[in-house]
Amino acid sequence: MTATVAELETMTTAKVVDARGSACPGPLLEAKRSMGTVPVGSVIEIWSTDPVTKSDIGAWSAKVGHDFLGVVEGEGYDRVFVRRQK
Amino acid sequence: MNNALSIVLFSGTEDKLHAAGTIAAGAAAMDRPVNILLMYWALDAFRADRIEKDHGLAYDAARPRFNEPVGSMGDIPWLETFRQAKEIGEVSILACSGSLAVLGLEAAHMDPLVDASGGIAAFLMAAEGSQLIFI
Repeated sequence: MTATVAELETMTTAKVVDARGSACPGPLLEAKRSMGTVPVGSVIEIWSTDPVTKSDIGAWSAKVGHDFLGVVEGEGYDRVFVRRQK
Repeated sequence: MNNALSIVLFSGTEDKLHAAGTIAAGAAAMDRPVNILLMYWALDAFRADRIEKDHGLAYDAARPRFNEPVGSMGDIPWLETFRQAKEIGEVSILACSGSLAVLGLEAAHMDPLVDASGGIAAFLMAAEGSQLIFI
């Protein structure tokens, strides 16, 4: 289920993963690692300067069963939101 | 269909090790079991006394080229990609016993990242029905 940008911007996140400056697969690995540290049902936000991160995180979420909520463009980086589902 | 990813890692140069490690770590993040069989020059790269050394670049790099690898090729050096893959997922790294013999090596010479030595039949059994790539 995707959320609107306005919803994402006001969303409470359990963790912000700052992976800016890291290239593939760095942000994905950091997302995977961080997801294990937050409760099921909570949201993590991944910051990445790598433009492929949003599609990679989307594919990863679909594969492992998390809820990819969407992307907010920051200044020079993407903020990617995922809800832990299991 | 076996959900695992199987990698026959034959090459022992920095660029190919980095490519293999990136794929292994990505698959581990996707919750896929990863089976890696080290053969020939990859075994040499995973020797405990050599693993931190510079392993050079593949033959392709000897040709004129427009882009040079920067630093350790990405911000995660190849060794770290394998370490992280093992940390986040179910990743087995086996040393091919036949290749060990050809190179005059024993399993005890391998870095601790290598789980054990193994035979080709056991690897192929684990790989049956999975995707298999050769690097």
